[in-house]
Amino acid sequence: MGEMEQMKKEAEALKTQIEAARKAVHDTDMASAAAGVAPAPQVQLKTRKTLKGHLAKIYAMHWSTDNRLMVSASQDGKLLIWDSHSGNKVNAVPLKSSWVMTCAYAPSGNLVASGGLDNMCTVYNLKTPVIKTVKELDAHTGYLSCARFLSDTEILTSSGDTTCALWDLETGKQKTVFLNHVGDCMCLSLSPDMNSFVSGACDSLAKLWDVRDGQCKQTFQGHTSDINAISFIPSGNAIITGSDDCTCKMYDIRADQEVICYQDAALNSGVTSLALSTSGRLIFAGYDDFNCNIWDSLKGEKVGVLSGHDNRVSCTGVPEDGMCVCTGSWDSFLKIWN
Amino acid sequence: MYDKGAARGVYIHWSSCFAEFWLVLECTMAKNNSLHPNSNGETDDSPNMLVYRKMEDVIARMQDEKNGIPIRTVKSFLSKIPSVFSGSDIVQWLLKNLCIEDQVEALHLGTLMAAHGYFFPISDHVLTLKDDGTFYRFQTPYFWPSNCWEPENTDYAVYLCKRTMQNKARLELADYEAESLARLQRAFARKWEFIFMQAEAQAKVDKKRDKIERKILDSQERAFWDVHRPVPGCVNTTEVDIKKSSRMKNPQKTRKSVYGLQNDIRSHSPTHTPAPEAKQPTEEELQEQIKFWQAQLDRHRLKMSKVAESLLSYTEQYSDYDPFLCTPDPSNPWISDDTTFWEMEASKEPGQTRVRRWGFGINEVLKDPVGREQFLKFLESEFSSENLRFWLAVQELKKRPIREVPTRVQEIWEEFLASGAPSAINVDSKSYDKTTQNIKDPGRYAFQDAQEHIYKLMKSDSYSRFIRSSAYQELLQAKKKKSKNLF
Repeated sequence: MGEMEQMKKEAEALKTQIEAARKAVHDTDMASAAAGVAPAPQVQLKTRKTLKGHLAKIYAMHWSTDNRLMVSASQDGKLLIWDSHSGNKVNAVPLKSSWVMTCAYAPSGNLVASGGLDNMCTVYNLKTPVIKTVKELDAHTGYLSCARFLSDTEILTSSGDTTCALWDLETGKQKTVFLNHVGDCMCLSLSPDMNSFVSGACDSLAKLWDVRDGQCKQTFQGHTSDINAISFIPSGNAIITGSDDCTCKMYDIRADQEVICYQDAALNSGVTSLALSTSGRLIFAGYDDFNCNIWDSLKGEKVGVLSGHDNRVSCTGVPEDGMCVCTGSWDSFLKIWN
Repeated sequence: MYDKGAARGVYIHWSSCFAEFWLVLECTMAKNNSLHPNSNGETDDSPNMLVYRKMEDVIARMQDEKNGIPIRTVKSFLSKIPSVFSGSDIVQWLLKNLCIEDQVEALHLGTLMAAHGYFFPISDHVLTLKDDGTFYRFQTPYFWPSNCWEPENTDYAVYLCKRTMQNKARLELADYEAESLARLQRAFARKWEFIFMQAEAQAKVDKKRDKIERKILDSQERAFWDVHRPVPGCVNTTEVDIKKSSRMKNPQKTRKSVYGLQNDIRSHSPTHTPAPEAKQPTEEELQEQIKFWQAQLDRHRLKMSKVAESLLSYTEQYSDYDPFLCTPDPSNPWISDDTTFWEMEASKEPGQTRVRRWGFGINEVLKDPVGREQFLKFLESEFSSENLRFWLAVQELKKRPIREVPTRVQEIWEEFLASGAPSAINVDSKSYDKTTQNIKDPGRYAFQDAQEHIYKLMKSDSYSRFIRSSAYQELLQAKKKKSKNLF
């Protein structure tokens, strides 16, 4: 047997052993463990605010850490900064390319970023008298699917070129490139302690990375189609993923496997986005069928629906203080619910 | 089946072309021929096809002779309306035959199926389901979305042009269609003669058909265009997320022209970039993979029971702080429009609930600016604040502009780590050596190892003392500040 063949066999054998090791720790499942927990209250949320202003499909939104401001990106070629409580538009940033796919608010509130089919991540300073472009981060060879600031000096991006990258905002260069996915990277989520992040891709895998050394620490499999949305749970010990296969899954990092699957025979459309409440008990997942479903993360049951959009829900977000949930849609509106 | 690969010039023999079109249409009206496996015998399992199959299963049941929706011909004035059923018929059928609980859900599902074009209102371009006497008709399988149509603008031009040749009030162009036609005439100015000829030929064949059949075919063709060129403001179900459309589609699967026209006009969507080909791994890559999997195998895995326990206890502990589970005090600013809660959070006086949260773990104290302040105050009172001050300084260093970093690194070194430092901290020798190396080429993460060590020390030592301290306990017992009088 050739050396290549031998190595391939070795790799396969290791994978089988890993599966066995995972099964070995599977001494219970979440359903039985959570049986004793009181069910989450049936959630009936109302729309508290509808933010109107975009003229075309909304592709992304992100809350500021002050829990009131947010940024949204639309195919009308604009980023809008909203004071969502009053409903006022605080700023409008015209984009060079209208094919925008993502936007992000820096934790400091000083910067916002956007990116899309232009393969670039553009960073803007909101605090100068006139909003200025601070940097154009240009090194990806595929579309920019997601961006998240670590601080005013560093930003993480995921791209259709199958890589993720950590950029230094002062030099505008990539500090670290994260290589391991074999499909377009669609989404990313930072851990609460900012030392690691997870990415979801079209190869149906989710990967955990160390921000500093660029290594892929863990790979989570189980989905059968593109992973469109991903998020850490507030404790940082597990992640939730949403996929085109119409399910969401929770993977625990320490157990190194899938813990629960959130699915319903009646749900036949892909998951586009997701967000968690501050305790992690509730998952708000946006779907292609124009609804946003609310799941009890422990029991795996659907506990509510947010119906009100006239087209696909493309993005969801819960602010840091967890006071509400925001949904953005292809119908050009953002709605705030609680 | 259209043979897209057939070599045809731009000026094709139109008579043979669309005769074939109508023939195919007739054959497929009676049977469900979409989703048949391709030449390899494989069925397409892409997400869209899975959904189309589900919808088509429901449609098949709706069309069942015995248990389906009753289809009838309605007499109206001087004419007959063939092959229709009402919106209420659909809603009733859905409620009876699927696991649907209420009318709202039935309308939602029905509207989604209509938006994809599986059935359509015969007198309206807008594809929604109404629970009333509005007449609907089934779409012919030839036009189903599972056939992966991506009709070109030339097809649309031929269609609109043909419509203007049919002198019937009910076939008059709507405003948005007239606008589209004008735009297409400008865009295809050089080809317009050809387009006109096509339209004329189709209209001619059309006239020879049986009246009833024509009514049905016309409405089905119109419904097809309502899906692919929807009324402005309506949902376009053929729209693909640009992230997905940027990946290369299988060229054999997508069928372009509905009327068999060949043309070289590109569509307006963003360019399709080919997906990277799956390469065979090199020897080096295989070795990397083996190393990775070995490391994965060696990792420690926590038992599921422990995982479940920690998940449950975390959600339990934080449920009081989750506004979706527990009403915030004094109120949720989004519901009451009263921003007191946010003002309290911003103030220097922490409420009881906030102070209690600091007790959950050291991260809660370090996250909250007021928590940090109180923690620091306590440690200073004990003359043991150097650890926390070091940790805070290193956090702040990470946010500095690069030009200030070398100086700041030096300052931190002098203050906390150099021999004879005024606020000397105790770091293990390994971290100390590493840091000594790092500061020779100072970067934002020069103190990373030392900071991790100090964090662990604080967690086990300073933090627990803080939580047990009388200063903290007093804050915990303190009466809540009176909330603003709302009346």
